Amino acid sequence: MTAPALELKGISKAFGPVQANKDISIAVQPGTIHGIIGENGAGKSTLMSILYGFYKADAGEIFIKGEKTAIPDSQAAIAAGIGMVFQHFKLVENFTVLENIILGAEDGRLLRPSLSKARKVLRQLEQEYELHVDPDEIIENLSVGHQQRVEILKALYRQADILILDEPTGVLTPAEADQLFRILDRLREEGKTIILITHKLREIMEITNTVSVMRRGQMTATVKTADTTPEQLAELMVGRKVLLQVEKAPAQPGKTVLEVENLKVTDAKGVARLKGVSLDIRAGEILGIAGVAGNGQSELLEVLGGMIPGDGVIRLNGAEIPLSGQGANGKARRDIGIAHVPEDRQRDGLIMDFHAWENVAFGYHHDPAYQKNALFMDNAALREDTARKMEKFDVRPPDPWLAAKNFSGGNQQKVVVAREIERNPDLLLVGQPTRGVDIGAIEFIHKQIIALRDQGKAILLVSVELDEIMSLSDRIAVMFDGQIMGERLPDQTNAQELGLLMAGMANDGGAA
Amino acid sequence: MEKMPKWADVVLIPLISLILAAAISALVILGIGEDPVAAVKLMVKGSLGSTYGWGYTLYYATNFMFTGLAVAVAFHASMFNIGGEGQAMLGGLGVALVCLFVPWPHWSVAILGAIAASAVFGAAWAAIPAYLQARRGSHIVITTIMFNFIAAALLNYVLVNLLRPAGSMDPATAKFPAATNLPTLHELLAPLGISFSKSAPANVSLIIAVLACVAVWALIWRTRLGFELRAFGKSESGARYAGISPFKITMLAMLISGGLAGMMAINNVMGEAERLVLNAVEGAGFIGIAVSLMGRNHPFGVFLAAILFGFLYQGGAELALWTNIPRELIVVIQALVILFTGALDNMVRMPLERLFLALRRKEA
Repeated sequence: MTAPALELKGISKAFGPVQANKDISIAVQPGTIHGIIGENGAGKSTLMSILYGFYKADAGEIFIKGEKTAIPDSQAAIAAGIGMVFQHFKLVENFTVLENIILGAEDGRLLRPSLSKARKVLRQLEQEYELHVDPDEIIENLSVGHQQRVEILKALYRQADILILDEPTGVLTPAEADQLFRILDRLREEGKTIILITHKLREIMEITNTVSVMRRGQMTATVKTADTTPEQLAELMVGRKVLLQVEKAPAQPGKTVLEVENLKVTDAKGVARLKGVSLDIRAGEILGIAGVAGNGQSELLEVLGGMIPGDGVIRLNGAEIPLSGQGANGKARRDIGIAHVPEDRQRDGLIMDFHAWENVAFGYHHDPAYQKNALFMDNAALREDTARKMEKFDVRPPDPWLAAKNFSGGNQQKVVVAREIERNPDLLLVGQPTRGVDIGAIEFIHKQIIALRDQGKAILLVSVELDEIMSLSDRIAVMFDGQIMGERLPDQTNAQELGLLMAGMANDGGAA
Repeated sequence: MEKMPKWADVVLIPLISLILAAAISALVILGIGEDPVAAVKLMVKGSLGSTYGWGYTLYYATNFMFTGLAVAVAFHASMFNIGGEGQAMLGGLGVALVCLFVPWPHWSVAILGAIAASAVFGAAWAAIPAYLQARRGSHIVITTIMFNFIAAALLNYVLVNLLRPAGSMDPATAKFPAATNLPTLHELLAPLGISFSKSAPANVSLIIAVLACVAVWALIWRTRLGFELRAFGKSESGARYAGISPFKITMLAMLISGGLAGMMAINNVMGEAERLVLNAVEGAGFIGIAVSLMGRNHPFGVFLAAILFGFLYQGGAELALWTNIPRELIVVIQALVILFTGALDNMVRMPLERLFLALRRKEA
């Protein structure tokens, strides 16, 4: 057997009292795709940052092709043949593909020789790996999938043999993800070694040869992908059995709760973000909005939640309600029974420095139950209410005095969800309910959303996770470029069809 | 997880910063050939050694409590009000107008009128930068500091051209009527059988300042407005989500802040000078920034820091009076205290955090 392409022995790293990586050892065979899976905060990113020279490990050794290698900085990592494709691309938006590729790897003071050399190398790489990108196109004109290819080409241009991809499909449509996997497959055939970091079990099962599971800074298992199942991996990630499928009874839609007609939003730069969206949601129904991030879903949530101004007609229970800018705001929405779990809980949904009990009042601090008299708030009553909600929603630790920033992502989200759902709203707006939330909490939050639906409430669900949309929604509307491309029923569609709509391929006019 | 216990953050860090500032001050005093120990003794004796010293220390502290609270309130809404100086000047104008033109029967009524007038004038002066920030996005730091200069020019004009008694060469108002003169601590404490220096300027405004500390505490941590103010200060987009109006909070926070800075005038103008002179504020508006920083923007912290700065002010004046240490050195010492407690906060904080983490890890 040849030496592993990459071997880590006993890597440990602590940040203050937090042990981010603890005695991690893996061996990655050359010419394979090795998946690393784990929940948020399990230590995947820390481990890769050590490998790429961003952090220095407290202990442990790195071997590349059997040779012990020190990686003090990213230059050393590149020299050792390691290439990294970050979740958020590191490209200069207004440079061409070619310019981005040579950036930091120029041969001399003059650009032209480097550029023409890069053009030649690029053509070779293109043929070798079937990675087609126009070298003279400006980055910002490329689709996200193509931008990612440029990142991969950048690494290959620097002669990387080991390619690390950090959550590469987070920003891709299903079709783009498929293309990426074909590219990765091709790279593997050509003998490259790939480390794929993800939290999506499906991707692991689809493409990897071996998979390592991380939990709380430790490597809990490394198994051959062929010998395992998604259920087993999920259990290894969470440390207990989890239900991957959402269980729900068929919807029993009642009267129409929300009607939206020709809703338009233009942002501060004058760019149209919503271009005339119409939809309706009935009581006891979950309408899921599928789409690649940045196609107007955020604006839809924000304009319905009263956070940003817009144009059009919104009716709640048959009565027209004002849009923001006409005197409406988040408070006015809450007053009429619209609750909102925002997409970004750390930016909008919580005040990270506030105690949990202050966050439970956040947005509802006018509630008479929280007032002692005309002048003062009743903080004691508020803390009692918080303790009750924390218990009901299994927030851990159930300490109302803990600051929001000191809860894990899942527990932060539970605080937000508890605050909004416990208001018993007629309409619940939910954005990315499980982004950055551990699997155990995902299961719980999904159950709460379905329970609210079963009480006859209307729910608008926005998520970039297609699996989540497909398993929770009673109807699915697909958004692309500020418009609704079409509506589908989840049991009469599939990821491929939705993926086409998400890419703006087919417009069938809306009605399902 | 908190990096270190609360008491370390609140007590230990300011204390270490102070000690460092004192140590460097001592070196400077040594450097100019004076004896630092004697200097400290003189400062303590001059500011805390007699009721006369205490009277001055508390008088200065009263000023700093008002301006410190002003900075703290704005800071909780994430705004840096550097305009305390100008707002206090305008507060003085408000006090002068009500004292001169309203026939008050007794000081107890007059002080209520003066509080109202000073707060309204100070708030009005803060309202313009607040409006410009809330509606036009003009940065409050820039506008408030410019408004200090405008306030000085305005006061100059008003005193020279409008309020100067005929025939006077002094750009100041006439003496306020005797009925508006506030009782000093001497007069207040005499009935209790406590003798207090007759000539020290500390007066009943000190009690108002302490009450203001309590009121600000209640406002920030016990009211809906305080809740919205702090939420807005921590996250503007979060406030937008919660339906908190940025315009309303910006305006209200700055009005309250300006009002507090203006109220300083009941101490220095009404309580001490008993007339309005040019440059009545004497930099107290700027000291308020340091006081608030050192007090961690908490009213109780502001109270303590104000007394410390009162001590530095009075002790420094004594030092200049009785030794060869020049007046400028006092400014150096005050600057060092501000530098260490405010600007160099992280210099003390970070090693201390590391220490506490190491200690905790050892326990675990």
